[in-house]
Amino acid sequence: MLNYDLVVVGGGPAGMAAALKARECGVEKIIVLERAETLGGILEQCIHTGFGLHYFGEELSGPEYAAKFIDMLKDTDIEVKVNTMVLSVSDDKVVTAVNTVDGLIQIKATAVILAMGCRERPRGALQIAGTRASGIMTAGTAQKYVNIDGYMPGKKVVILGSGDIGLIMARRMTLEGAEVKVVCELMPFSGGLTRNIVQCLDDFGIPLKLSTTVIETHGKERLEGVTIAKVDDRLQPIPGSEEYIECDTLMLSVGLIPENELTKQAGIALDNITNGAVVNEMRETDHEGIFACGNVLQVHDLVDYVTLESQIAGEGAARYILGKDTEEKVYINTTPENGVRYIVPQKVNIKSKEDIKLYFRVGAIYMNKKLTVEVDGKVISSKKKVKLAPGEMENVVIPADILATLNENSTIKVRVEE
Amino acid sequence: MKRDMTCVACPLGCQITVEIENDEVVAVTGNTCKRGDAYARTEVTNPVRSIHSTVKVNGGYYPVVPCKTSGPIPKGAIFDVMKEINKVTVDAPVKIGDVFIENVCGTGVDIVATNNDEGK
Amino acid sequence: MYDIAIVGAGVTGAMTARELSRYNLRIALLEKCNDVAMGATKANSGIVHAGFDAAEGSLMAKMNVEGCALMPETCEKLHVPYVNNGSLVVAFSDDEMKHLEVLLERGKANGVPEISILSKEELLEKEPNLSPDSFGALYAPTAGIVCPYELTIAAAECAVLNGVEFIRNCEVQAVETTDECFVLDTTQGKIEAKYVINAAGVFSDDLARMAGDDTISITARKGEYFLLDRAVGNTVSHTIFQCPSKMGKGILVSPTVDGNLLVGPTAEDIDDKTNVATSNSGLNDVRKYAVKSVPSVNTRNAITSFTGLRAHAAAHEFLIGVSEKNSRLINAAGIESPGLSSAPAIAKYIGEIVKSVFGEIEVKADYDDTREAPVRFRHMTDEERAELIKKNSAYGRIICRCETITEGEIIDAIKAPAGARDVDGVKRRTRAGMGRCQGGFCGSKVVEILARELGCEINEITKFGGNSNILFEKTK
Repeated sequence: MLNYDLVVVGGGPAGMAAALKARECGVEKIIVLERAETLGGILEQCIHTGFGLHYFGEELSGPEYAAKFIDMLKDTDIEVKVNTMVLSVSDDKVVTAVNTVDGLIQIKATAVILAMGCRERPRGALQIAGTRASGIMTAGTAQKYVNIDGYMPGKKVVILGSGDIGLIMARRMTLEGAEVKVVCELMPFSGGLTRNIVQCLDDFGIPLKLSTTVIETHGKERLEGVTIAKVDDRLQPIPGSEEYIECDTLMLSVGLIPENELTKQAGIALDNITNGAVVNEMRETDHEGIFACGNVLQVHDLVDYVTLESQIAGEGAARYILGKDTEEKVYINTTPENGVRYIVPQKVNIKSKEDIKLYFRVGAIYMNKKLTVEVDGKVISSKKKVKLAPGEMENVVIPADILATLNENSTIKVRVEE
Repeated sequence: MKRDMTCVACPLGCQITVEIENDEVVAVTGNTCKRGDAYARTEVTNPVRSIHSTVKVNGGYYPVVPCKTSGPIPKGAIFDVMKEINKVTVDAPVKIGDVFIENVCGTGVDIVATNNDEGK
Repeated sequence: MYDIAIVGAGVTGAMTARELSRYNLRIALLEKCNDVAMGATKANSGIVHAGFDAAEGSLMAKMNVEGCALMPETCEKLHVPYVNNGSLVVAFSDDEMKHLEVLLERGKANGVPEISILSKEELLEKEPNLSPDSFGALYAPTAGIVCPYELTIAAAECAVLNGVEFIRNCEVQAVETTDECFVLDTTQGKIEAKYVINAAGVFSDDLARMAGDDTISITARKGEYFLLDRAVGNTVSHTIFQCPSKMGKGILVSPTVDGNLLVGPTAEDIDDKTNVATSNSGLNDVRKYAVKSVPSVNTRNAITSFTGLRAHAAAHEFLIGVSEKNSRLINAAGIESPGLSSAPAIAKYIGEIVKSVFGEIEVKADYDDTREAPVRFRHMTDEERAELIKKNSAYGRIICRCETITEGEIIDAIKAPAGARDVDGVKRRTRAGMGRCQGGFCGSKVVEILARELGCEINEITKFGGNSNILFEKTK
């Protein structure tokens, strides 16, 4: 069995940032295990720009953003194993992994950071009626085929779901010569960024149909068309609104799910809204010394936030490993209310000496509302927001001086109000 | 003439209407802030975009390597620029920032590599 | 010239091929699709029925009871997972309880062992998640579950290892009968065979007609299903039937050998024998009726939905035997449920027919009715995994993350006798792409491995043969 201070599961933006931060904080023996053949995670196939505006102050493509971290990693003696799949993380922090070079590896870790990212919601879970034709794929799979493998996965395309990946792929396919017929969105609003709707759809005259879904696929071998229909306010298809659209490809961009198989296997408690682990302000799970960050913890809209969150986890792991974590801990839960769907972290240590930032998403679009933070029944902040949307992660700060006044029965609530 | 557009200057996404007479912007309405006004005026006079694609790479680890415009190009030139990008084949190794096409379509903008490919 | 051409590589054709491969005969197994198990076999309930459904004295009853008895040993020899989980037919009224008595008597007459009627209390003790509205159930402990396509794949592999030639993408388009043989005009050219075994599933009437036998008429009966995530796979441990109706055995809820929960099927007669589309109305019916017996079934947990076609003969009887119209045509038609359960018995039965028409046939000295167990990395201990990767490093590369399937297993599936040629074929043999992400991550990797192993470009790889290509031309 090998011994490491820190094992980071996943070499995407989250894993790399967490490992680098832990090193910066003084952790010595660190190893990053990555299942793909290169570091960088999903950024490698996100060749569009728009990454890094917050963190680097410049607009980068996904590979460029990843390359900055890959270069930083190379300048350290942090070990990296690619093509390495972690099979399990045990209670006592033994990480079991496989690859073709070392075979089966077992590593005893002092701390573990889970940074496995997320995956796309597949078609099956959507239960669209129709055939099993080829040409139905997630937008991310299509993105890999076009951007990495260099093949066209379709010529006439319908996209279901107006999340950012779907919008980005509408433009990518158009630029490479495909005809994108329509983007359908089940909800009455798009989950994607306005900028992407304008520059990926409007620029190319691609219609976005809101409150519309694909109800049936046609074609016995390759996809030949889809039937789309309007939905009512209970999201049920409206009879009579059906429309047939000829296409050879249906791309699904209907949401991302954190990849928490290892987390579940380890018996770590999950939040059933985020589908990620329940964590404290250092992104430590209910298993001491096991941390989680990035899209495996909560699906982010900006990689810049993934980096920031992962640095918190890296620092948390460092404190744990270096024994700087021994001060008294008293945890209270953070409570999402009225319009706020969830909060990460789900619990905070009121003995923390630093400000704590709470990240969250709202459940619908709100115009001209206030974001209110209430601590022990007192409103500590109430910020006016012109627009709140589910697609954009929000945050509020709980100042350290307020934390210092709390006890184990205290409450922290965040809500949307008039 | 009136043109409607969605502002992308911030996530708010204001619906802006621009009134144009004799190629001159005479009114911008619907915006919340000054950035919206400026965005709208640029969009009707000289809209620009950055684009990204891939070029074929000989001897690369992957068959294609990603690239982007080094700065914004006129929106109307997007498909002409794509045609030029599609003509290019480069040899591995490729480094981020390598210039694949200089001054593409006379836009003053280069097509540059956005990933490294050390080759097979 | 072949001694025998078996037309159709579903469970009937493949099991028959394996059975006949013991003899010194030249046998071809012809399949119109790109793989075995592509018709009715691909999509059904995977139930090994005990044998109380079919009419007393029918061939169907005999084959079912015998097949059910043979299945455990068959699966053991072929290294196919089989679970003897037992079945329950649940009644929801006094009338239905009376019907259970009918089934009980019929079962006894058919020779089904150990069947009995359970009271509500006994039933709920066995299956606490069943509806409190249930009255009681018919319990058949000999029933089981098996994966229909795994059985077929294994049987075909075994047949090929014993010398059967498997010819895929070989659709019989016309049949000419000469004095000494059939000349089959196929999409792979002309194929001559002394005898033809018609195991063409929903198309067995068409094939019979081509060979001059117009006595068979097959209706395609569509059944729609949901496959639910393993997280709810243990909702029930037995196969839960509702009381049968004219259109079949109703909506069942059953665990699968892979630990998922299967819910379905509907029953709808259709004209188009190639229509395997799911429909909104059909899927809604499944949702609606499944909760009658198991209220906690929620199709929100579905990882996929699919449609299967049963080859329904009007008489609801297996039509197995030498054709009355053509003495060199041996029909195995009308094989609908319990066709899977009956498959080992049907194969033996056809074996007897073949012996009677050929007279004494020599048995091959090296005939082996087993198939080696495929490598299943996910079921191994860490020590076994370490050993395996030392021997072949391809087993150290995980391709399908959800199901923990290695590159080595995928290569094995492609290189196997009658091996995989497309993405769905790899999926059926290895489970790669069958998990929660449904191939989102591993799909493109599987395409790459197929192209590399088959020596072609990745845009030549299909999902399931024909025009089901996945990629078009290169972007650059």
